[in-house]
Amino acid sequence: MNLDLRLDTKGDFYSQRFQPTEREDTLVLNMGPQHPSTHGVLRILLEIDGEYILRAEPVLGYIHRMHEKMAEVMSYPQYLPNPGRTDYLHALAWNWAHVAAVERLMNIEVPERAEYIRVITCELNRISSHLLWWGAILLDLGAFTPIMYAFDDRERIQDIMQRNTGSRLTYCYYRFGGVAADIDDKFIEDTRTECARLKDRAKMFKDLVTDNFILRKRMEEIGEIPIDTCRRYGATGPVLRGSGQPYDVRRAEPYSIYDRFDFKIPAYDTCDSMGRYLVRMDEIQESIKIIEQALDTLPEGDYILPKAPKRPKPPAGDVYFAVEGARGKIGIHLVSDGGKSPYRLKLRAPGFSNLSLFSEVAQGTLIADAVAILASLDLVIPEIDR
Amino acid sequence: MIVKSLSETLSGMWSLLVGMKVTAVNFKSPQITVHYPRQVTNLDGYRGHIELVPSDEDPTKSKCIACSNCVRICPGACISLKASKPKKKAAPEKTDAPSTANEAQPESKKEAPPKKAKPELQSFVLDYNYCCLCGLCVESCPSGALRYSSDVYVAGFTRQEFVYDLLSRLQYQAQKKEQ
Amino acid sequence: MIEAIPTQFIIIFVGLLAIMAFVGLNAVVLVYLERKVAGFIHRRPGPYEVGPPCFPHGILQPLADGLKLVGKQIFTPRGADSFLFWLAPMISIAPAIVCFIAIPFGPYLQVINTNVGLILILAFTGINVLALCLAGWASQNKYGLIGAARDISQGVAYEIPLLLVVLSVVFMTGTFNLFDIADGQGAWPWQWYIVYQPLAFILFFICALAETNRNPFDLPEAESELTAGFHTEYSGMAFACFFLAEYAYMVVAACIIAILFLGGFQGPVAPGIWWFLAKVYVLLLIMIWIRWTFPRVRFDQLLNICWKWLIPLAVLNLLITLAVIAL
Repeated sequence: MNLDLRLDTKGDFYSQRFQPTEREDTLVLNMGPQHPSTHGVLRILLEIDGEYILRAEPVLGYIHRMHEKMAEVMSYPQYLPNPGRTDYLHALAWNWAHVAAVERLMNIEVPERAEYIRVITCELNRISSHLLWWGAILLDLGAFTPIMYAFDDRERIQDIMQRNTGSRLTYCYYRFGGVAADIDDKFIEDTRTECARLKDRAKMFKDLVTDNFILRKRMEEIGEIPIDTCRRYGATGPVLRGSGQPYDVRRAEPYSIYDRFDFKIPAYDTCDSMGRYLVRMDEIQESIKIIEQALDTLPEGDYILPKAPKRPKPPAGDVYFAVEGARGKIGIHLVSDGGKSPYRLKLRAPGFSNLSLFSEVAQGTLIADAVAILASLDLVIPEIDR
Repeated sequence: MIVKSLSETLSGMWSLLVGMKVTAVNFKSPQITVHYPRQVTNLDGYRGHIELVPSDEDPTKSKCIACSNCVRICPGACISLKASKPKKKAAPEKTDAPSTANEAQPESKKEAPPKKAKPELQSFVLDYNYCCLCGLCVESCPSGALRYSSDVYVAGFTRQEFVYDLLSRLQYQAQKKEQ
Repeated sequence: MIEAIPTQFIIIFVGLLAIMAFVGLNAVVLVYLERKVAGFIHRRPGPYEVGPPCFPHGILQPLADGLKLVGKQIFTPRGADSFLFWLAPMISIAPAIVCFIAIPFGPYLQVINTNVGLILILAFTGINVLALCLAGWASQNKYGLIGAARDISQGVAYEIPLLLVVLSVVFMTGTFNLFDIADGQGAWPWQWYIVYQPLAFILFFICALAETNRNPFDLPEAESELTAGFHTEYSGMAFACFFLAEYAYMVVAACIIAILFLGGFQGPVAPGIWWFLAKVYVLLLIMIWIRWTFPRVRFDQLLNICWKWLIPLAVLNLLITLAVIAL
């Protein structure tokens, strides 16, 4: 076999159909699916002129696991672990969207205590997701140390969550009509200590990273996403809030008991990477506020409905439920035909919309900036590919 | 303009020094990691693969009533169990259909009439390769016969090593405890 | 027979052997130091497990790393220019060793005391740029190519302020001889040139970071952007050569800073070699400390720092020095 033949074929399906510009002095660079800063198996085809990106095109599908199809062949409780595996960093929000969609279809009223537990755990999970993102973006910008400090706190949160959920990453904690296990005093106590600790750590994070000159130069006025670009692509979450629109599902379409808590929706109208960075850093503090309020007013009662359906068969009909995940609006559209498994389940992954605007934003930036923009979108590839 | 950019640069340099101070403080602070194989701190809440709970009378027997609830709910279809037909020929019309008899088991087994002999568990095999550790089997078990083990040291060379025969595991553990 | 060989040649030969041992040992120590410092900054123990109980705290870790690198397969990528591909690691490591022959480690510990010591070192460190360029070019890899391009522009740009800063010290002392420069300074810190040339010290330190490709200027091998930059395709000992060379250049840079600004081997009480090594290692520790603190700068920012700040400041520093000398 002549090995040299393979040199002549120009890449695979995508790179063959990647239309470069008319210029002849450009380089097509295949960034990913194995690349340190594509956060998993995202692949981006870049056409570069020197280090300037002329065209960028994300290629998806390397970790497509058919989560939507799986829902159609599994019964409702069997699908419970799946949503947590789409976005493994904010698994509980996905859990919540799935569980709440079924509950809404079946008109199940969740006990008060269960709602509080859901809020507390979901916000803890949001903090740990943002902490990991914080470490990861700095890793992409070349600083190694922050991710270790982030993991210090993240591990503590995981230890807390492990007590009642039993897992550390891909949680499967919410059930139809409540949660799987009650929280105990140690959980409450640990959560309070961790919240206080995170408030203290905020200063260190600010000193080490947020105020850092190099970082500010790398993030400020880089990757500007105007608000209409966000709207055109349906970007949500910190990406949208970093562009100045304080849209948060917890406030816009309040679900569960979020209307009882006092928290701010941070928004920065600088539209740049720094805006998105600051939104997330503020959100950690807002989540702490929510958790503390929820812990203060935690009612007694059942953690799950005593007559929660073990094998639910929702009536025929369709329902949409959206929750605010760490990356944006997580939506689940569930169509039931009255059977023991959904007729169709559509997962709306926020990362997918957020990634779509990348190819427009990345045009004309440097490779290093593209990496920073990609990181500032906070992508979780399994969620995008589903 | 020069003054402005100069002052910006100087404050920037100062922020770098502040950053270096943070890492210096952390350098001096005590370590927060645990030396894992020698120190294990957070295994108490760990949900490992499932294991059978021994019954109160006989530690080599399981509490399992072979109702197959776990088999049905498992998303990965990794549990398979076999049950013997009830030995006592109390109800011959039911012995020929053990599966329906299993399903007919009421949720509270103690109130079951004694003449309906319990099917005895013969094997309970967990294919850990496909398990996603969701814990739905434990929750669905009406007799509390399943629980999580804290077995974290799972490593092997072949897939077959992760197909656990939980009943023999239970018997082995019971024997070990006796010794 | 033995008289036929010039003494100078024997001295250089023995000196080079000693330097090779020193470079190797230094790399081992520095790898360990770097990983330990990183660990402590991250509040973890760093390497801890390698070695029997009589070697606690993972002291044997660098040796294990080295053994691993030696044992790995080395291969040439398909389509690579194999001659240049294999030449590059050699060009990278060889000048690094030669650089040390002009460095006075102590009052009596120097391979050749030459009048052009400083020029020799600056010339040989410049070859590293060529090595990295060849490595990136020859490996038939786009990341490698971009890494090489980055390294050239970075290396060439930062040579200029480096030389200007060196010049201002040279004008003060009137010699390129490293021994004389070190000898001209006194034993106590207030007699060192850092007191007379604080700006030059800072500029030189920044340039040294950039020349040795250390964070925050490690752009040619920027991990998150270019996977590994110019050495993407290198494995085993070929990679180890670049690695060794990087650490060797770090030591060279630290040595020059110590000699030019911190009095070299001068110091009270203890013998000179210990003072010299102490100063060098303090500087290396600061480099490591910086690496584990800051994010990486962007490429255009890196060049902006050089052209807009370092070169004007270096020129200014030189002019002030000249004015003071003239007065």
